[in-house]
Amino acid sequence: MKTRREFIKISALGIGAAAIASQSNRWGLGLPLYADENNSNKTGKNKLVPTYCEVCFWKCAAWAHVDNNGKIQKLTGNIADPQCNGRLCPRGTGGVGMVYDDDRLKTPLIRVVENGKQTYRKASWDEALDFIAEKMKEIAAANGPESIALFNHGSAGGHFTHLLKAFGSSTITAPSFAQCRGPRETGFETTFGAQVGSPEPTDIRDTKCLVLIGSHIGENMHNAQVQEFSEAVDKGATIITVDPRLSIAANKSKYWLPIKPATDIALLLSWIHVLVNDELYNKEYVAKHTMGLDQLKEHVSTFTPEWAYGITTIKPSVIRQTAREMADAAPSVLIHPGRHVTWYGDDAQRSRAIAILNGLLGSWGARGGFFMKESAGVPDFPHPEYPKPKWSWHEVLNGKYPLASMSVSNTFIDASIKSEDNKYPIKAWFVAGTNLPVAIPLMSQMQKALQDLELVVVVDTMPTEVTGFADVVLPECTYLERYDDLRDVPHRVPTIALREPVIEPMWESKPAWWMVKQIGERLGLHDYFKYDDFEEVISWQLQQKGLTIEELRSKGIVVLPRKSESPYLDPKADYKFKTPSGKIEFYSSSLATAGFDPMPVYTKHPEPEEGFYRLIYGRAPMHTFSRTANNPNLTDLMDENSVWVHPKIAALWGLEEGKYTYLRNQDGITSNFPIKVRVTERIRWDSVYMVHGFGHNQKELSRAFGKGANDTQLITNVMIDPLMGGTGMRGNFVTFTSTGPTQDKEAAI
Amino acid sequence: MNEELFVSGRNIPNIDPFLNIWHWQIPIYLFLGGLAAGILFFAALFTILGKADKMEATVKKAPIIAPIALILGLFALFLDLKHELFFWRLYTTFRIESPMSWGAWVLMAITPLSMVWVASYAKELKQGWDWKFDILNKFEAYVIKNRIGLAWIIIVLSVILGIYTGILLSAFNARPLWNTSILGPLFLVSGMSTGAATILIMSKSAEERRLISGIDLLLIVIELFFITHMIMGFQAGSQTQIDAAQLFLGGPFTVPFWVFVVILGLVFPAILEIMERLGVHMPVIIPVVLVLLGGLIFRFIMVEAGQITRYLY
Amino acid sequence: MRYAMAIDTLKCVGCSDCVIACQMENNVPLGFCRDWVVESVHGTYPEVGLELRSERCNHCENAPCVRCCPTGASHIVDGGIVLVTQNKCIGCGACIQACPYDARYSHPEGYVDKCTFCNHRVTEGLDPACVAVCPTKCMYFGDLDDANSDISKVLAVRKFKALAPEAGTNPHIFYLV
Repeated sequence: MKTRREFIKISALGIGAAAIASQSNRWGLGLPLYADENNSNKTGKNKLVPTYCEVCFWKCAAWAHVDNNGKIQKLTGNIADPQCNGRLCPRGTGGVGMVYDDDRLKTPLIRVVENGKQTYRKASWDEALDFIAEKMKEIAAANGPESIALFNHGSAGGHFTHLLKAFGSSTITAPSFAQCRGPRETGFETTFGAQVGSPEPTDIRDTKCLVLIGSHIGENMHNAQVQEFSEAVDKGATIITVDPRLSIAANKSKYWLPIKPATDIALLLSWIHVLVNDELYNKEYVAKHTMGLDQLKEHVSTFTPEWAYGITTIKPSVIRQTAREMADAAPSVLIHPGRHVTWYGDDAQRSRAIAILNGLLGSWGARGGFFMKESAGVPDFPHPEYPKPKWSWHEVLNGKYPLASMSVSNTFIDASIKSEDNKYPIKAWFVAGTNLPVAIPLMSQMQKALQDLELVVVVDTMPTEVTGFADVVLPECTYLERYDDLRDVPHRVPTIALREPVIEPMWESKPAWWMVKQIGERLGLHDYFKYDDFEEVISWQLQQKGLTIEELRSKGIVVLPRKSESPYLDPKADYKFKTPSGKIEFYSSSLATAGFDPMPVYTKHPEPEEGFYRLIYGRAPMHTFSRTANNPNLTDLMDENSVWVHPKIAALWGLEEGKYTYLRNQDGITSNFPIKVRVTERIRWDSVYMVHGFGHNQKELSRAFGKGANDTQLITNVMIDPLMGGTGMRGNFVTFTSTGPTQDKEAAI
Repeated sequence: MNEELFVSGRNIPNIDPFLNIWHWQIPIYLFLGGLAAGILFFAALFTILGKADKMEATVKKAPIIAPIALILGLFALFLDLKHELFFWRLYTTFRIESPMSWGAWVLMAITPLSMVWVASYAKELKQGWDWKFDILNKFEAYVIKNRIGLAWIIIVLSVILGIYTGILLSAFNARPLWNTSILGPLFLVSGMSTGAATILIMSKSAEERRLISGIDLLLIVIELFFITHMIMGFQAGSQTQIDAAQLFLGGPFTVPFWVFVVILGLVFPAILEIMERLGVHMPVIIPVVLVLLGGLIFRFIMVEAGQITRYLY
Repeated sequence: MRYAMAIDTLKCVGCSDCVIACQMENNVPLGFCRDWVVESVHGTYPEVGLELRSERCNHCENAPCVRCCPTGASHIVDGGIVLVTQNKCIGCGACIQACPYDARYSHPEGYVDKCTFCNHRVTEGLDPACVAVCPTKCMYFGDLDDANSDISKVLAVRKFKALAPEAGTNPHIFYLV
């Protein structure tokens, strides 16, 4: 290359050659530019990085496969993890779609007013974090740090909990209690002295009889539970499913009880009646470990199967037969506690009935029933003691819901509304990993609260509905781009799993641990964040357990030995339960002293009027709540929900399969978007069913916007459980209408 | 009530909700291929029968259309390919079980032969035509001397060409509407009929026209017989075939098929030709255009309707 | 050696993990799929039942797609797996017309694509991606000619069916019912 001209010519050739080369596979020159089969996944060619999934709360340990170009090719389960046994569910397998989704939040956003209209403008991290810290100091000075609350779900919550506690606030809540599993925790705690917890300690794989009442395993994808359910089917376990709809589990059941909605307590009470009256209960177990049998016997004496038949439409012979099946299988029988149990406002009592039934059969602590779970117990990274807050979630309850063992998120919303008698006012919200407008009904209350709040910070990966309400939006990177706390979930065996960043955070997104450290330092809380990289925290924690981070990097997960030898209770041994009497309580003294029914009773709930149908909602195995509705891989499987309508009702209303209809509820609220009709025999004529998590209203969610209908929007009648504050959501009724707001208009939320 | 649905959201372009992967290119090719086959068949037939001089249009003029039709048809086929730049792979192998392979090679053979046929009459059709190169003149002399031999080759290839277009479809037993062995002969006869119609319009001799239109009439009757036989066969077949026949007996293709293909494309031109023989004169263009359009629409309907019929779902 | 798949419809829950795992493993473009799940409901409430089937190319022994391919791009390899050589495929679509199971599709890059039984994994002794990921473990993959393989054992004791046997294709996907 002697002269300038030469240099240019050669490089010009270079460009041309490259162009020809890239086209040549189209010219059919027969060169082996295509593989006969797709070879990019030949084992051994990808780099494996350990992580655990964040798409749902199950947190399966997984391996991320990274190809030579640094792109995540696929995710597979870690075979050593008892949560997934090497097989991820469809959401976990599709987690990669979340990372490369172009609609992701990319930069911090701050709310400003431009030309009289409110909008967001991009901000630098420094700007956003300074703003937050300043506001926090202001609000704490005027109202105390306790007035800053956190709504959380997922790993981000752990970091923000640490920040708020260090700042002096324990006003922390997760919608998963009062909007989901709360009632069963209360029901089981008042009976067995222990919550069910998460993940459920259900010994499905060894059960001889599985009773599902309010659980649609197979459509809800609790990974190991679905796997064990399949094992139980293989082993010939008797499955009894109580569901107004033919769920997938119902289809695999020996008995499907197509119960009339809202009557489950009657069925449970009649089962208890049969067990107690016909002396089919586990006599040894009951004599040794329980109290209150006589009161129970008297209480259920009139709750005969014939009585229940009139209420539930389940034939008395079927009730007796299924009770016998349960008794025959005892103690390897499991009446599943369910997961989302906030239905009608008497849900804690219904869970009590389920707990009592389990207690009568002796399944608590038995193989094939409930096992005693254990976690590894990872110690906290050293930090100064948290300051003691003057008030916390307990005070925010304002004397209500005495049996709530965890914070009740709807009370936080109420406490955020300006009012004279609000003794514990909440002035600021941090929202991390939960899409509040879709997770919590009662939008009208939330709207009022949002108007009165002085600061709303939303931490999320996607521009979900809740980001529309924030003062500051912080873009969190996805779980595949960050460190988080070691996974330490309780199970049959304790495990510790590592989440290692697979790729660098994309765009300007950051991990939550970095966000809280930055905010914490601006608040002068350096002592609580004595590390530069979260890797140091993890290394230290692993060291305390006698492990190294290198070991975790190569294995992904470590299984530790149990402290107690067996996950099952020896039925012959004495055992002290954490109840007031030390025994399993069929008659609950704590409920009695609190002024509630010490044993569950059946209450009739409102039924739909003519032309209206009960709105039942549930899950699909390819989506998680509303958060996956924009994931390109998962929308490929299911991109909208449909409303299931019984054929007779469809004929009545002239609804055709595949056509769209709006839904209007009993309070006159119409769904923002129309929903596709599915005419099917799988649903009762008095109800309609749809999958939760669609009908998104944010245009930035390009794949999810306007697809399907949002069931939360139609849940305006909320029945609050007086025991623990759970928001019962199944008392809403909808009708069909062809008129509704178009997609172009401003929608209700 | 029975339901069958995709749980996993399958909605593949051109495959769901029903197969739609062959578009206009295929029926156009089938029509042009059949047309060329018909023309070449008659050209070769009358040459073999020694009537070349009496059937001037048949033997000398109409074959001009053949190579043009074949080349246009091949081009349409090429456009239909989705991986078109690999098309040459067709000629690297002969797969005896694949009608498409048969077709590729037959076309490869008959197209140049038809051009040679036309070229051999160039001097008769255009005064003062000169090949300019000595070798071409020698070749022309050779062809003219061996015309009968060439005609035998062409007659065999043209029958294969005409019939394979039908066998191509009938070999796909996954499409119930095509899964009938009558489709091969039906397409052959239809192709010959369109070929005869083309010859009719190009002929200047009344005697020739009478002979060709008589043959055309016979072909139309045979075609009607085949179509009736085909539909009766479907009605007596398996459920998938009964469902396939419903497309023409009350389904969306009923009107286009019976009106445009059967009545306007076959019955009406037959009546016109009978009337012509009985002495009622009319412009020959009417029955010719009707036959040609009928043949074209028939192929469009068969390709589109056939893809809709299926075994499952 | 004849590879085949048996899928237990009694255990399948229709989660479609098989679909997405295949998509990830084989870079199937969005909007297309090599396998899919069908739900078939029958009856009248409350006497209702349903069947779930994960379907894909059946790798038929008497494959009409291989017979009708004009270039030989569709071919059968060791083990009976039907594959498409991408640089021999001209995209004519004959094989798509020929398949009674509608298992093939036209890939955006021009050639015809379909399930390959993850041949690149099978040759290394692994299961296809769908079989490996299925959370209910309802899918069996193996050699029909090996009496000790899981699939031979399960087909010996369970009732099973194949799709459209009247098409004469001799498919290699069996549904345990």
